[in-house]
Amino acid sequence: MIKTDILIIGAGPTGLFAVFEAGLLQLKCHLIDALPQAGGQCSEIYPKKPIYDIPGFPEILAGDLVNNLMEQIKAFQPGFTLGERANTIEKLEDGTFLVTTNKGTRHNAPIVAIAGGLGSFEPRKPLIDRIKDYEDKGVAYFIKDPVVYRNKKVLIAGGGDSALDWSIFLADLASEVTLVHRRNEFRGALDSVEKVQALKNLGKINLITPAEVVGLKGSEKLEAVVISKSGDQDEEIIKEIDDFIPLFGLSPKLGPIGDWGLEIEKNAIKVNTFDYQTNIPGIYAIGDVNTYPGKLKLILCGFHEATLMCQSAYQRIFPDKKYVMKYTTVGGVSGFDGSKKEAPKAVVKAID
Amino acid sequence: MSDVKIKIKDREGIVHIVDAPTDMNMNLMEIVRSYELAPEGTIGICGGMAMCASCQCYVESNHQLPEMSDDEDAMLAEAFHVKDNSRLGCQIHITENLEGLEVALAPES
Repeated sequence: MIKTDILIIGAGPTGLFAVFEAGLLQLKCHLIDALPQAGGQCSEIYPKKPIYDIPGFPEILAGDLVNNLMEQIKAFQPGFTLGERANTIEKLEDGTFLVTTNKGTRHNAPIVAIAGGLGSFEPRKPLIDRIKDYEDKGVAYFIKDPVVYRNKKVLIAGGGDSALDWSIFLADLASEVTLVHRRNEFRGALDSVEKVQALKNLGKINLITPAEVVGLKGSEKLEAVVISKSGDQDEEIIKEIDDFIPLFGLSPKLGPIGDWGLEIEKNAIKVNTFDYQTNIPGIYAIGDVNTYPGKLKLILCGFHEATLMCQSAYQRIFPDKKYVMKYTTVGGVSGFDGSKKEAPKAVVKAID
Repeated sequence: MSDVKIKIKDREGIVHIVDAPTDMNMNLMEIVRSYELAPEGTIGICGGMAMCASCQCYVESNHQLPEMSDDEDAMLAEAFHVKDNSRLGCQIHITENLEGLEVALAPES
């Protein structure tokens, strides 16, 4: 069981900055995120896009903002449970919370801060008849362990980076790789597009475009797919395969958090604007995931909410301690790793 | 004031006729959100970067629309429920020549 002071659900910019504010109060944090990397939307959707309204940064790429936040919180040694989705929450007898992920990892903390953005990112599933029946029986929406495709006949659908990159990766591992896309054009890094072209020329990737998988066949498990190929004359191809991997990107869903007994309004969690606590004492919601009168879904507002949340969390954990907020310029930053950053002392020296 | 009237069919099939300002640098996705014609969190997820297709709509009138960018075209190539008249609402800026525009929101996916 992972124990911490503040358990943060969601490792986007708001969740990451909360680690810093908590650290200044000597509170330790652990973050859970459904994505395999920190940064939330900034890393997953638009790492290369500029943001212009981060105070003090006239322009910063979303990916660089995440890198900077990771650097800023490094000394506070946050823990991460990545690639797992927070599924259930339970209040224990001692008043603390137990949060369990979809993979069974258990986390215990007196404070839970939900910084879940728009929710956890789930794969977008194509609209193919009976596709649900074949899930885990030949249909997978993301690749967990590529080794299972060794010597298999694999068909990937999609036109983005993940479809290209996995086609390249599996070309050496699977016995046959087919890539199906609705267009002749692919949207991905130039390097990936060129590699797929080269592998196609070598006959290591079958490219079927413009085409779409429209049907699935097989009794116990997936045995073949029906591909509709457009052209001068539309044709239907039935292709025998072992595995079908549709990669059409991710879309965020509030998911299990919606069933935690929290007050929900407009797909967001209602909080008060005093300390961003929800209707359940000890559970806070900060950043894009919360709502209150006048709410704006801006990163800079999430930073503010994270800061006030940490002050309130401190009071809940240490109700009897007297505390006043300290400026980092005055108090410096003392990391849990023993590091200390502080303003250089002025020199007092007579001038002859 | 320079508003245009736009007819928007929501995902339940209800038709709304709304005033859309041409002087506020707004796009169709933002008009839908400002009138709350689709629940928050189900439209405009990426904020208007043509990166999620949650604002996909079908254009049902013969208006001259801005040409599709490569980003929009590529996103629609990966979206679901796509038809010949599909566009991303976030890429349609409200201008005076859109008076009387008729669109229907694509299903959520």
